[in-house]
Amino acid sequence: MGTVVVGTSGRWVGRPLKRVEDPRLLTGTGTFVDDLPFQNVHHAGILRSPHAHARILGIDASAALKALGVVGVITGADAEALTRPFSVGVSAPIKYYCLAVDKARFVGEPVALVVARNRYLAEDALDLIRVQYEPLPAVVDPERALEPDAPVLHEAVGSNLACHRRLVYGDPERAFKEAEVVIRERFRFPKFGSTPIETYGVVARHDPVSGVLTVWSNFMGPFIMHPLVARALGLPENRLRFIIPPDIGGSFGIKTSIFPYIALICLAAMKTGVPVKWIEDRREHLLASSSGTDRVTYRELAARKDGTILGMRYRWYDNVGGYVRSPEPGCTFRPIGNWVGPYRFQDLDVEASVVMTNKSLTGPNRGYACGHLYFETERMMDLLAERLGLDPAEVRRRNFIPPHEFPYRTPTGGLYDSGDYPAAFEKALTLARYDELRREQARARAEGRLFGIGLAVAVDPSVSNMGYDTVALDPQFRSKPEYLPKSGATESATVKVDPLGKVIAILGTAPQGQGHQTIVAQIVADELGISPDDVTVVDEMDTFTRIWGISSGTYSSRFGSVGSSAVALAARKLKARLIAYAAHLMDLPAETFVFRDGQVSPASGKGPSYSIKDLAGRAHWHTESLPEGMEPGLQATAVFGFPQANAPDLQDRVNSSNTYGFIAEVMAVEVDPDTAAIRILRYVTVHDAGTIINPMIAEGQIYGGALHGLGGALYEELMYDEEGQLLTGTFMDYLVPTASEAPTIEIAHVVSPSPFTTLGAKGLGESSSMTVPAVVANAVSDALAPLGVRINELPVTPTRLWALMENARGAKR
Amino acid sequence: MKPAPFEYHVPTTVEEALAHLRHYGGEAKVLAGGQSLMPLLNFRLSRPAALVDINRIGALSYIEEENGTLRLGALTRQRAIERSDVVRSRLPLLTEATALVGHLPIRTRGTIGGSLAHADPSAEYPAVLTALEGQVVARGAGGERILRPEEFFRTYLTTTLGPDEILTEVRLPIPPPGSGWAFEEFSRRHGDFALVGIAVLLLVEGTRCAKARLVAAGAGPVPARLRGAEEILERDGLTEQSFEAAAARAAELVEPDSDIHASAAFRRHLTRVFTLRALRKAARRIHGGH
Repeated sequence: MGTVVVGTSGRWVGRPLKRVEDPRLLTGTGTFVDDLPFQNVHHAGILRSPHAHARILGIDASAALKALGVVGVITGADAEALTRPFSVGVSAPIKYYCLAVDKARFVGEPVALVVARNRYLAEDALDLIRVQYEPLPAVVDPERALEPDAPVLHEAVGSNLACHRRLVYGDPERAFKEAEVVIRERFRFPKFGSTPIETYGVVARHDPVSGVLTVWSNFMGPFIMHPLVARALGLPENRLRFIIPPDIGGSFGIKTSIFPYIALICLAAMKTGVPVKWIEDRREHLLASSSGTDRVTYRELAARKDGTILGMRYRWYDNVGGYVRSPEPGCTFRPIGNWVGPYRFQDLDVEASVVMTNKSLTGPNRGYACGHLYFETERMMDLLAERLGLDPAEVRRRNFIPPHEFPYRTPTGGLYDSGDYPAAFEKALTLARYDELRREQARARAEGRLFGIGLAVAVDPSVSNMGYDTVALDPQFRSKPEYLPKSGATESATVKVDPLGKVIAILGTAPQGQGHQTIVAQIVADELGISPDDVTVVDEMDTFTRIWGISSGTYSSRFGSVGSSAVALAARKLKARLIAYAAHLMDLPAETFVFRDGQVSPASGKGPSYSIKDLAGRAHWHTESLPEGMEPGLQATAVFGFPQANAPDLQDRVNSSNTYGFIAEVMAVEVDPDTAAIRILRYVTVHDAGTIINPMIAEGQIYGGALHGLGGALYEELMYDEEGQLLTGTFMDYLVPTASEAPTIEIAHVVSPSPFTTLGAKGLGESSSMTVPAVVANAVSDALAPLGVRINELPVTPTRLWALMENARGAKR
Repeated sequence: MKPAPFEYHVPTTVEEALAHLRHYGGEAKVLAGGQSLMPLLNFRLSRPAALVDINRIGALSYIEEENGTLRLGALTRQRAIERSDVVRSRLPLLTEATALVGHLPIRTRGTIGGSLAHADPSAEYPAVLTALEGQVVARGAGGERILRPEEFFRTYLTTTLGPDEILTEVRLPIPPPGSGWAFEEFSRRHGDFALVGIAVLLLVEGTRCAKARLVAAGAGPVPARLRGAEEILERDGLTEQSFEAAAARAAELVEPDSDIHASAAFRRHLTRVFTLRALRKAARRIHGGH
């Protein structure tokens, strides 16, 4: 990238700079958690429940303890004696420990752990542990789990309902009374994950002298993970140190859910007295890491005959598996501020049930709950268009929030910062040549071909506000004096200049492949008028040395928005200091200087300029030259926080995210009438993520998001049988789309800079993962409209689609 | 996902390998390309006392044409078969089927003998062996046995290969020039095991269909030779009507199972669809057409 030269007018932000991370990753010289060297490290193997639901009557580990190379065995009894249950985000009395204590509640739940000299010996010893189980009936379906005779997972809760909230905004009763058209439909969204190429990894070392527990792990926080683990282990937070290795091989939200394993490996390290390492294998990952929830939804939409939406009702059953693991039930509440999507209706009635069943646990997964939300909403929009005989594009146009109303307060408390939804939508239609596609469809249908066009739009929220999760608790609970309200979305950065004038930027969080080093160098280079080559970016997290807050982390598409703001602000603070110093050296007022091309110069153009290098040398080597009151050294730290991140009010309104982008997509598909195979012919996606920092990285995010969405739409599902056994436990059965399955993606941008961020940038990391399920379902439904087939359940696998087509053909015959 | 302990042997001759197998009396496994065995070991679904790694037995890797038969050493990599000119010119059905086996890295390691001995009924090679009426050579202490497909495949993942025998060679008769052939399959993703795969070979004499061979993969416990459908083609000739009749008959003959990827009814339906597609393609290729 050093070959690109920009002058005063040129900016690095907005350029497709090659990622500085890629040479080391492409040559296999990255450093991941499994690459870190440790002395005397021992390896953990985890014994997992083969039963979906079983009482644990006893564990005999005596033979395992005598096995070759074994130094210790940890069981639920240790977890109960030495740790506390994790805090859960609901008021139901759910006890969730890092190991099963009284019962196992899903297949794959950790039941015991062996620490041995190597992983082979640890797994050999697992074979020797005898667990006496009393198998219990299992339940996997969230609606079935709420029936009175369903097996109950947590006796103390009394039912499988972890949380139930009825949230009413505006006057939905009236909206449905006044409606000229009411549409009702039931939907099912599948349980799937993102299968990052690097699985979980944890190394824990306990220092008995200082009492400090140090953890090296590929977590993506520290976020809430650090306080959750500290509390579970009963450690003061300044005795628990989390360190992230230089590289992490992807997360997509999934690695948020690593914290119970961090606690477990810490427990093992404390009890055995040796450093303990555990690298999750792929079988463990598919069985028991994390996924999005499967959801059953009942939707109702009230509208006028002209297509104007008056109100909606959402009834959700979110299946979080055997326990509620933080930040669940974010599966329900994360998008609360954007529950109405890009539409301007004001009346909404939401009834949300968070249900526990004998499936593996859930958590954030790229798009966190937005794939679910827009699948339902965008299907409803198409059903409304169908009912009214309107073009689906027209129905959407008639309901968009108009561009002049930004910043726009949604009825649920969201504050949409900026946007021009009609412009982005029309751009997508134009790019796809929508009218021509419709003509092509008419010709195809005349030939008996099944050709369909789908549309989907979405408000793309980024930088979640921690406060959203507390909507799981009712307002009376939140009003108690002892209750501590929650809110916030912050990030920090430090920029410093060394004595030779080179720059180091230190971040308050770590990426998992997003390219922070590249974009931070671009931002700092612009602010200080230097080359990105002159900026070294330190992105390895260490909770003892970095400045971080409870919301810190690379999740919720945060960095492009909140992280970039902190970096730019830190650089600006440093710049102000450089100006003040130069002014002092010249004995002139600071206002008479400007900062340009890495130099502080008199605005008049007369007199000498001071380069950063010059000022840095003087400031570091000759502190006496500093003005009175200026701290020695040349560094500045900024902590950026969104003032718009509020705690939920008494009406359960909350600005659940801090920047809100927009996505508009068009997809054309053809379905093979004989095999039900779906071929994607065109796929156009238009994004408004505000200022684009690096278009190449943005494009990569959109590709990745789209493929994750495609997984849930067509291929991926963690399927269970009635007994709670996982049916898709390997990559032979859990099908992830690969490069061969990737469609050609036509990408375009519309730019509505955010007024709330320093550079006007919004998040883009989750992007099309939240629209592709909707656009695929709409396109396939449109293709099969001649048969009357509607796609209300994902993934649309050939065998499912063929059965739907056969049923429809049978009904027609 | 670490295997249970096992002894490991790396013989350089077949005789040496057989001696190891005899020593373990059925408790040893032969390791060739490892594309199926290694996952089974790592999942601890297979816990052999020993592995006999035959990858250093160079004599087991060859492709030779002899008296109208192509002889392939059991250790011949699938990728070598895919790229072989002699296979392409003499047995293009094998070339076409090979390209559908897994992904390139899998074919680079995977062997023809390993695939046949693993006997996954969804796999391509068992269907091709059956369609070509080929043979496999099993060598044991008592010498060689030459087995036809119906003598070799017993049921899912099971063959008649003895615990002290090694599959050493695959023999595939070369069809007469001008024959039609096709391998068509339906899989959920590129490189996945087929939900249904169909191998077709059509031998013609003048305008007559002298011999039709139709085999379905993924539609029963062993590759399914669809004789009732072959008879229709041999009797009624190669017309669109006979193709449709044969495809319909094929769908009746298979005995597919239901699993998470496809119901039995869908597999039966796909058998009809892909038999028809394969027959049309094979017919187009007769006398060198495309």
